[in-house]
Amino acid sequence: MEIILQILIDGLVIGAFYSLVALGYTMVYGIIKLLNFAHGDLYMMGAFIGFTFLSIFTGDGGVNTGLLGVGIVFIGTMVIVGLIGMGVERIAYRPLLLAPRLSILITAIGVSLSLEYTSMIGWGASYKVYPIKLPNDGLQILGTQISFAQIGMILLSALLMLGLRLFIDKTIYGKAMRAIALDQSACSLMGVNVHKIIALTFFIGASLAAGAGIMSGVYYGTINFMMGFIIGLKAFTAAVLGGIGNITGAMLGGLVLGILEAFGTFYLGGSWKDVLAFGILILFLVFKPTGILGAKEMERM
Amino acid sequence: MKKYKNQTLLLLIIALFILPFFLNSYWLDVLTLVLFYVVLTQGLNIVVGYTGLLDLGYAAFFAVGAYTTAILMTTFHWSFWLTLPVAFLFAGIAGVIIGTPTLRLRSDYLAIVTLGFGEIVKILATNLEITGSASGIYGIPRPAIGSYIMSTQKDFYYLILIVAILSVIAVYRLGRSRIGRAWIYIREDEDAAEAMGINRIRLKLLSYASGAVIGSIAGSIFAVKMSAIAPLSFSFLQSVMILLAVVLGGLGSIPGVVIGAVLVIVLPELLRGADDWRYLIFGVSLVAMMIFRPQGIWPSKNGTEDAADMDENEKSNDPNQSMSV
Repeated sequence: MEIILQILIDGLVIGAFYSLVALGYTMVYGIIKLLNFAHGDLYMMGAFIGFTFLSIFTGDGGVNTGLLGVGIVFIGTMVIVGLIGMGVERIAYRPLLLAPRLSILITAIGVSLSLEYTSMIGWGASYKVYPIKLPNDGLQILGTQISFAQIGMILLSALLMLGLRLFIDKTIYGKAMRAIALDQSACSLMGVNVHKIIALTFFIGASLAAGAGIMSGVYYGTINFMMGFIIGLKAFTAAVLGGIGNITGAMLGGLVLGILEAFGTFYLGGSWKDVLAFGILILFLVFKPTGILGAKEMERM
Repeated sequence: MKKYKNQTLLLLIIALFILPFFLNSYWLDVLTLVLFYVVLTQGLNIVVGYTGLLDLGYAAFFAVGAYTTAILMTTFHWSFWLTLPVAFLFAGIAGVIIGTPTLRLRSDYLAIVTLGFGEIVKILATNLEITGSASGIYGIPRPAIGSYIMSTQKDFYYLILIVAILSVIAVYRLGRSRIGRAWIYIREDEDAAEAMGINRIRLKLLSYASGAVIGSIAGSIFAVKMSAIAPLSFSFLQSVMILLAVVLGGLGSIPGVVIGAVLVIVLPELLRGADDWRYLIFGVSLVAMMIFRPQGIWPSKNGTEDAADMDENEKSNDPNQSMSV
């Protein structure tokens, strides 16, 4: 019983990262029907830029990083990666918005390669150790060990997701996004600046991925320039699991996938967990392509 | 004109046959690698170029061929030539397995499923006992013709050269056959093709299977040439490089795809000093290619969907952009 609870909690933390990355995937897909292969690499960029800032802050007697310092780095990185995401959209995707699917998919692979190897040239190919370590103390609940860091990450992810939900439901920009997802050309006829809203979508998606990137860097302790590839696939799986294009679905899908994976790791061993994830993906695509929350397919986001 | 073209081709083939006598072993190795890529790109050309199904896990079929041959030769001591039909069979089955769930999917879902499938094959190869886990299989014996044992660089060069020529001819003939034309119809408009009486499911599966079989030949030869294989050779990057060669050269165009294979192998060799930069350069060139010349270096004559669509878009692009205020 305790073991099951422990796995559940570990899975929840990983699932929260998946959800955050999956949100960007699903938003971009919902609004312009593009599978942004480079999305996982924005997560990686977030981890590396956060790593650099944290190294500067904590490195030899610099500014003492308290919670405030980490918070500033966190937000700063999210903004920078958000801007990178917007840049990618502007340079690579916007010219191809009306091009056939195949071209834009190949472009996305190209962007993904470019981001990965820019990072490799910039930061090196080896694994980097994250400069801050998490305290291990935490709570004992029902015989399971939950660290404060885990609680913090779950809360922070929940906060970001709640913020996004409110942004999309309540603000005029969120309304514009939902409208574009329904009918792009009608929106531009009604005076919505479609390109601006798409850019905003990329900004939000990229910065959420960056947030997940920093958190996972802190959580696992090491980062690598290839880390984005596999998480991009996992996040896509999460998005499909929940129903692609559906924001709540992406959150749910991420959590479900994280928990399934934690159980898979426990029972099958770490090397098979990826097979489990892709197996789930293929099964869902074949038997229920609309995902868990697929009934709401009519109105995306 | 046609006669002239045939003569050029014949000269090229003769040149390829006598070339090994003038090259040092380094460039002979590069040339052999190019020929491996020619075979692989021909196979992928059937799937992506003719049928228009984006496959991001093509290296998996390369792996199926290589592992089938390697396992049969090392564990069961089969002759190399006998392993080939088995490898074809397995690759064909793998093609159908990956093809079946993707039949109902649209291009972008399909790309992800093939990607996931490619990763699964790689993870299986890394974790199974029979594939030698992460260290792979080594000590694969040399193939023999009669009593002659193929062991020198030149032997394998000629072997892959013959296979490359045969696969180019086969893919060329396929593209102009009834089946090939049906594939192209499916690429251009699936619904219309079906309405015209084309069995979409059967042909798509056939496309996957034939692409897979061609990929597996390259894999089998790769295994005996290197005499050792490891999961690392069949990664996602390998799939992307093969796709890049096809896209760079021109989807569905045979001379284009051959040129793409040459470029993808030879350019990095020329850029040896800039080794770290090579994938970055490839990534950027993929993006630039799609924006400025989506039809590739040597586009096929019957015009891919992309080329036609792009022209239309360029016309309609401006008014659309000025619409948003």
